[in-house]
Amino acid sequence: MIANERRLDRRAAMRTLLESRGDLLLVTGLGSTTWDAAAVGDDDRNFYLWGAMGAAAVIGLGLAIAQPGRRVLVVTGDGEMLMGLGALATIGVQRPPNLAVAVFDNGRYGETGMQASHTEQGVELVAIARACGFKETFDIVDELGLRDFAARVHNAATTLFARVAIRADEPRRVLPPRDGVFLKTRFRRAIGAE
Amino acid sequence: MSEPRKGELPDWRDEIFAALKAAEVRQVGYVPDAGHARLIELCRDDPELRAVPLTTEEEGVALAAGAWLGGQRAALLMQSSGVGNCVNMLSLIKTCRFPLVMLVAMRGEWAEFNPWQVPMGSRTQTALELCDVLVYRVERPEEAAETVTAALDIAYNGDLAAAVLLAQRLLGAKRWVK
Repeated sequence: MIANERRLDRRAAMRTLLESRGDLLLVTGLGSTTWDAAAVGDDDRNFYLWGAMGAAAVIGLGLAIAQPGRRVLVVTGDGEMLMGLGALATIGVQRPPNLAVAVFDNGRYGETGMQASHTEQGVELVAIARACGFKETFDIVDELGLRDFAARVHNAATTLFARVAIRADEPRRVLPPRDGVFLKTRFRRAIGAE
Repeated sequence: MSEPRKGELPDWRDEIFAALKAAEVRQVGYVPDAGHARLIELCRDDPELRAVPLTTEEEGVALAAGAWLGGQRAALLMQSSGVGNCVNMLSLIKTCRFPLVMLVAMRGEWAEFNPWQVPMGSRTQTALELCDVLVYRVERPEEAAETVTAALDIAYNGDLAAAVLLAQRLLGAKRWVK
């Protein structure tokens, strides 16, 4: 367990990941990582999940396979990742080089009252990802590590997994559009798939 | 895909595979099932298709959504028990109107030996319909490929979810004692 002072601010972390995004495609999970992405700035190439808990990483997989010429970043929370842990095994087998999965880990279920998640009790997501076959993993507790990962997202030769230790706080909610058809259609248009 | 020998009818599983190819399906997510064994093998052997083994069927729903976000068509292969695993994930499909095609090998119906398969098998169609998935049932081999094609057409033309249930009578009941 890492003391709160050695954890990153979630909004600042999302800003760093998207700072030089280029043509990066972003998938965020239910719920706080979706608000984090919206706080940085809405973008047609962001696909936000408002539901379907556990889906974020595998949506990223399908997208990365379909768009091998573009980089895909999934940012989700520890609770959302824990609900679909099998996804790490599925992605570990496929390992498209253009996919990166980052988990903002505050050890809490933020949307339901900040109850402790399994990571708070010692479950190690990075160890799970490695055991599932991810060849390049990051356990990030500071800005330097985050910047290293953010750069790697754009030039990695294998699927990346990062656990980003973030503080257990609740910044003001910034809500992106929640019409699923709108989000899907504008994303597809933005990348020329529609 | 091997050509059928003279005088021999083509295998319906090969015809389903040809239907997937003709519809330009590019990703196939699957949880292994005896009824889908040959189809899975054909998909894995085809360089144009990405065959993705899943740990649970709901991953396949998310995979198909991601594929379509990126402009590719997908199909999911699963057993009827797996339909139950997909229920919440189907909210993604309905809310965003993602096209989705599921090919479901039925268990728990015709001559089933294992009673543990019956609760989900006997409610597979109902569960899918509750989630607004269109359901087509195949009982005879000659209907298989055209039904899969029809499901792909309606799903990808209309941003709808469709499932093809391959009846246990068609697949043949599992042999428990060899």
